[in-house]
Amino acid sequence: MTLFLDTLFNGLAIGSVLMLAALGLAVVFGLMGVINMAHGELMMVGAYTTYVVQNLLKDGPLEALFPVYILLAIPCAFLVSGLAGLLLEKTVIRRLYGRPLETLLATWGVSLILQQFVRSVSSAFIIGLLLAVAVGLLAPRFTPAVWWRQTWTPLLRAGSWVVAVAAGVIVGSGLGAVRALHQPWFSARNIDVTAPQWLRGSIDLAGVTMPSARLFILALTALALVAVNWFLQKSAWGIRIRAVTQNRSMSSCLGIPTETVDALTFFVGSGLAGIAGVAVTLLGSVGPNLGGNYIVLAFMVVVLGGLGKLWGTVVAAFLLGIVDYVIGSGSLLLIWPTMPAALNSTITFFATTSMAKVLVFILIMVFLQFRPAGLFPQKGRMVEA
Amino acid sequence: MTMTPIDDQELLAVRGLNVYYGESHILRDVDISVRPGQMACLIGLNGVGKTTLLKTIIGLLRQRSGSIHLDGHDLSAQPPHERARGGIGYVPQGREIIPQLTVRENLLLGLEAREGGIRRHRHIDPLVFELFPILERFLNRRGGDLSGGQQQQLAIARALLGQPRLLLLDEPTEGIQPSVVLDIQRAVARILRETGIGVLLVEHHASFVRQSDWYYAMQKGGVVASGATTQLSQETLHRFLSV
Repeated sequence: MTLFLDTLFNGLAIGSVLMLAALGLAVVFGLMGVINMAHGELMMVGAYTTYVVQNLLKDGPLEALFPVYILLAIPCAFLVSGLAGLLLEKTVIRRLYGRPLETLLATWGVSLILQQFVRSVSSAFIIGLLLAVAVGLLAPRFTPAVWWRQTWTPLLRAGSWVVAVAAGVIVGSGLGAVRALHQPWFSARNIDVTAPQWLRGSIDLAGVTMPSARLFILALTALALVAVNWFLQKSAWGIRIRAVTQNRSMSSCLGIPTETVDALTFFVGSGLAGIAGVAVTLLGSVGPNLGGNYIVLAFMVVVLGGLGKLWGTVVAAFLLGIVDYVIGSGSLLLIWPTMPAALNSTITFFATTSMAKVLVFILIMVFLQFRPAGLFPQKGRMVEA
Repeated sequence: MTMTPIDDQELLAVRGLNVYYGESHILRDVDISVRPGQMACLIGLNGVGKTTLLKTIIGLLRQRSGSIHLDGHDLSAQPPHERARGGIGYVPQGREIIPQLTVRENLLLGLEAREGGIRRHRHIDPLVFELFPILERFLNRRGGDLSGGQQQQLAIARALLGQPRLLLLDEPTEGIQPSVVLDIQRAVARILRETGIGVLLVEHHASFVRQSDWYYAMQKGGVVASGATTQLSQETLHRFLSV
């Protein structure tokens, strides 16, 4: 019984992190069909936001709030990652709807940019960046309006952005000479987020030790799931999102502003990645490469569950979590100590964290050969509709 | 070429409309008009541009030249959602109901065209259940699980809930069993009588065409004949309805 509970709890704990990582992707990829390879980096942005919130509250006038900084970090991470996703949608993805290969490549590029961004970001860098954006956006306001209505206007626009970027680079580099402005905010090394005191202990239940941080992640996952489900099923925007993702042109003909819906959907999906980032900080140190550890698994979860099926994502995440734990921890050997030697050595071979993932991937690949539409495929007339 | 001027009585005024698919010239200098309380019908063989015209009016396709006015307002620069909010209800060929949404949710989407959309309006006008009682019974069934005839009724009800001033109906009886065709014809007649909106219909059923007030016969992307439907001879009707 204890073994069963131990397996269940640890499997659910692993599954809940997967679930949080995949929840945003279930919205962005499952509903919108956008292959966002930068989703993991949006998680990383959420993790770094948690780090910033922690540091802001550690000392200073808001010190009294430090014990609950993790709770405050959740909306902050949602907002910051959501806005980063919104920017990504408006600048890159909007132009690539219906072109999955280009979207995949472009968002992969964005993921590399975001990784390098957190390594390099400093005050001088940000000042240079803001200057470049301001010059680029304001150029039309400070030049004769007639220039922007000519046949050569596209060249002028491109030229103005080249000048803006050059100005940003020159100013950023110049300010880099000032030591205080040159100092990287995070550096390339991993950063540590310290869990608040109340999340450091553990709870013993029926002989199973449950770390508080894992329980917190489970509760956060449940809350996020309920909120997303309510938002998609009951809210006005949820109905609009479901309509647009199923039939964009008809939704538009019904009076739904589809571009606004796309932007909002992407904001929500990216914000959820931010919340997953908060959860990940409780499991260990975080670095610029954090996203890469989760992105493939998150995609696997969504595909395994069945595209567009939120509950499929839930079942797939927890199933993978439990299978991963059962294989990785070697629990099978405890349950069945008398298993044949050949099987025993195979199980032992896969009974490490990394090898367990290999076996999980193999199992998913085999499963998808037989059920390519996942655990919960679309059924009935609506498949053809 | 001179265009017919738009008069104050016109609800929909299309003038000199030219539409292309790539380099293929599909609609050629099309002029049509619909008045409030009037049903106008587009007739013509398959592929003459009837559906293209409706898609251009709702904004799914862009014209290369010409104009579309609703109640005197130029719609040319508006995207489809603004045209829907401006008073155009659209029932496309093939229904295009949202398959995984319930009948209730599909109907709620119809309210999006009203000011405030479904954030403000959550009440489904009982008139649509009077017109199509089957929808009330299947409110919680998914739209994709309805039969073709039921989906067509849902598509018309959804368009009506937006309280349009102009209703575009693209072959509403296509592939539907005769009893439901009669239901739809009766419903459209009642809508015209009770709401006073204008209807632009694309139809192949002769009896439904006869129900309209005015006809426009299309050939090779242009309007080649028009007039009161009462003046439409049986021979001409069959010439333009043969598939």
